[in-house]
Amino acid sequence: MAAEREPPPLGEARQPELEELEDGEDLFTSTVSTLESSPSSPEPASLPTEDISTNSNGPKTAEIILDDDREDLFAEATEEVSLDSPEREPILSPDPTPAITPVTPTTLVTPRMESKSITAPVIFDRSREEIEEEANGDVFDIEINVSDPEKVGDGMNAYMAYRVTTKTSLSMFHKNEFSVKRRFSDFLGLHSKLATKYLHVGYIVPPAPEKSIVGMTKVKVGKEDSSSTEFVEKRRAALERYLQRTVKHPTLLQDPDLRQFLESSELPRAVNTQALSGAGILRMVNKAADAVNKMTIKMNESDAWFEEKQQQFENLDQQLRKLHASVEALVCHRKELSANTAAFAKSAAMLGNSEDHTALSRALSQLAEVEEKIDQLHQEQAFADFYVFSELLGDYIRLIAAVKGVLDHRMKCWQKWQDAQVTLQKKREAEAKLQLANKPDKLQQAKDEIKEEIEEWETKVQQGERDFEQISKTIRKEVGRFEKERVKDFKTVIIKYLESLVQTQQQLIKYWEAFLPEAKAIA
Amino acid sequence: MEEPLEMPPGEESKPCSLSEELATDPSLQVEISDAVSERDKVKFTVQTKSSLPHFTRPALSVVRQHEDFVWLHDTFSENDEYAGIIIPPAPPRPDFEASREKLQRLGEGNSTLTREEFAKMKQELEGEYLAIFKKTVAMHEVFLQRLAAHPVLRRDHNFYVFLEYDQDLSVRGKNRKELLGGFFRNIVKSADEALITGVSGLKEVDEFFEHERTFLLEYHARVRDTCLKADRVMRSHKSLAEDYIPISVALGSLGTQEVRQLQTSFLKLAELFERLRKLEGRVASDEDLKLSDLLKYYMRDSQAAKDLLYRRLRALADYENANKALDRARMRNKEVKPAEAHQQLCCQRFEQLSASAKQELTDFKSRRISAFRKNLIELAELELKHAKASSLLLRNTLIVLKGDA
Repeated sequence: MAAEREPPPLGEARQPELEELEDGEDLFTSTVSTLESSPSSPEPASLPTEDISTNSNGPKTAEIILDDDREDLFAEATEEVSLDSPEREPILSPDPTPAITPVTPTTLVTPRMESKSITAPVIFDRSREEIEEEANGDVFDIEINVSDPEKVGDGMNAYMAYRVTTKTSLSMFHKNEFSVKRRFSDFLGLHSKLATKYLHVGYIVPPAPEKSIVGMTKVKVGKEDSSSTEFVEKRRAALERYLQRTVKHPTLLQDPDLRQFLESSELPRAVNTQALSGAGILRMVNKAADAVNKMTIKMNESDAWFEEKQQQFENLDQQLRKLHASVEALVCHRKELSANTAAFAKSAAMLGNSEDHTALSRALSQLAEVEEKIDQLHQEQAFADFYVFSELLGDYIRLIAAVKGVLDHRMKCWQKWQDAQVTLQKKREAEAKLQLANKPDKLQQAKDEIKEEIEEWETKVQQGERDFEQISKTIRKEVGRFEKERVKDFKTVIIKYLESLVQTQQQLIKYWEAFLPEAKAIA
Repeated sequence: MEEPLEMPPGEESKPCSLSEELATDPSLQVEISDAVSERDKVKFTVQTKSSLPHFTRPALSVVRQHEDFVWLHDTFSENDEYAGIIIPPAPPRPDFEASREKLQRLGEGNSTLTREEFAKMKQELEGEYLAIFKKTVAMHEVFLQRLAAHPVLRRDHNFYVFLEYDQDLSVRGKNRKELLGGFFRNIVKSADEALITGVSGLKEVDEFFEHERTFLLEYHARVRDTCLKADRVMRSHKSLAEDYIPISVALGSLGTQEVRQLQTSFLKLAELFERLRKLEGRVASDEDLKLSDLLKYYMRDSQAAKDLLYRRLRALADYENANKALDRARMRNKEVKPAEAHQQLCCQRFEQLSASAKQELTDFKSRRISAFRKNLIELAELELKHAKASSLLLRNTLIVLKGDA
């Protein structure tokens, strides 16, 4: 049975490991763990055969991850990724490069977006104090931009390619400034890899932006209208925020997958991210299993801190959802106001034309112009409402889901530990029974076996306890960092949003002050 | 709405800029001193102060309902003596339907609202109801005041009855019949007008009236359209103001539950949105009063001017017909005298009408110009006031929040 526990040697295509179940108590945990095994994730090969969970496809929690072994560990992992495993067969045939049609924004919306400084909300403070216990002397300095969405290909196989530009002084990168082209599924692939490696050991991995079949279909089909342009811009901004958050995480920043994503000109296509792929379905089953799990794990929380945090995030989630919904309504109504103001402006202009008194006619035309400018203001404000305020709230709702996920992982970890203890106990009882038995021939062999098993399970129990302590420690640190970030984020965004509101009012003052003498000039 | 809503003093409710300086004439002063809303109807208390001999007392007070105003307007518009006058448009029917519905829906126990949100929405909607009420009072008042200010109309007998007769005028029955009659009359009128202007014989010799006709037809259509669009803008502003309510409430509860470092931010923001809501609401109501109401009034007034032109055209048609009849009579040499007399009458009538109409239309223009001027200036001033207040509020909040960091 020990043989089954060996991880497959490095370099082979992975088969999902179906562990033989022990006494049935392991059933639950094992099943879940098996399902979690995402074939695409690398198995660190330099690890001893004792496995906490065969599917711990990330750094072993037994070791202190953040230190010098890091480089080696991850180097191997990267190799894994680039190998040709069955899932990695590209779906697209190696045809001549499809035509690239750059998205030329023709509507009002996009150009204004480019000129407004809040297009790429510089929410994230590139403060130097973000350095944690970094052994390397690099200053935490990295800036990511996602830009230039380009449509590649035609019809339903078309996709948007985004330019990801990195500016950094960190030595881990080959250059100081570089850019690559990535598509949406690449981002999802990156997230998937990071999540598989780090989530279950307690790191809060920022979630990737959501898929949208409707939105993408419109783009693919080639509808060059304002709604698809808006959709692309919304996605671009979301991808940028996603990357910015990811690189701000000191541990994730060290990950070679992330580095490869930012640097490599070619990236193997992440087909596992497709909704209807095998991996996609696995993911769905996963989620269902997780949900069932949550219901059955009743953890004796000895640490009040975790209980408090659980509650806090639960509350925060609810509150943010409510606020988000209200802000979305605001955005919608402001857009309506803009449209109505534009219609009024046109109508007032015509009224001015039909007015036969010259001065009044001119004043009405001026009023129409003022209203037209005000319409622009409303549009810009709606834009700010959305990109600065609403999207931030949306991001945090997803982030908090990740936090809750990490807390759930801790619970699972605890459960595993408890189960190991139970099994150990059972083994001990079995041993005790054997001691009292009276079958001499089989007895010695059985006794030896049982002794081995007990040792094994004792180790597992110890490992389980260590894992649990490690994940708890990691989570504490992570939550602390997360909260700090969150406070900063919110404060920055609130100020930015208020500044946009001030700006609008200042403009309004200007416009009306210019109009007033016109009105007074009516004789 | 069961509770009687009284008209509160002193707020900018009157579109009094729409009529001439009315309060200065001591010989006849009319005002609506009070109004009560009961279920379906609004009861206006009309007070008159007059030195004119026609009234039995120098100070009068009667209670009238909307139908009475409509009746009064119809008596004027049907009176041939006043054919050459722009009859002040009747005030619109008090319409609390929409507002009442909203309040009802709110009361129906929409459980998604928190207590706080409910209270604020209620406040918002009650304010809306009150604003509509004040407006309807103002509209009715302006109607009477224009009548009182007009040198000819103020001497009308029915007007005196309206102002003095302390019993119920019982016009409801009449109105219903006339409403129906009025409906048919309008159809006939538009058909007539088309017919008349189509007849080649009816040439408009007077440039002034030709210009006025073209002008008024287009102007009326435009004003109606702009009025509609202004209404929509105003309603969007109202929606926006209402949106701030749940936002403010959500921010408030976040503020009380959040970590210490974010508490101030959220609580300040909640306060800010609450005040922004009030400001936004005021922008909406000012746009309503200074823009929407102005446009609505001139939509109705320009219709009244169009009606005057129509009457004049009819008179012109009658005159033309009388001419033709006279020619025919002269040719046949039969009944020339009566034909002559009739023709003279028509001619006189037409000329009187034209002269009067000219004056009225000129007055209409100057009235319109001064009303627009006043309202546009006030609109700009109010918009400035609110923008400045918002800006100040926002900047103060920013100072606090930046300092808190």
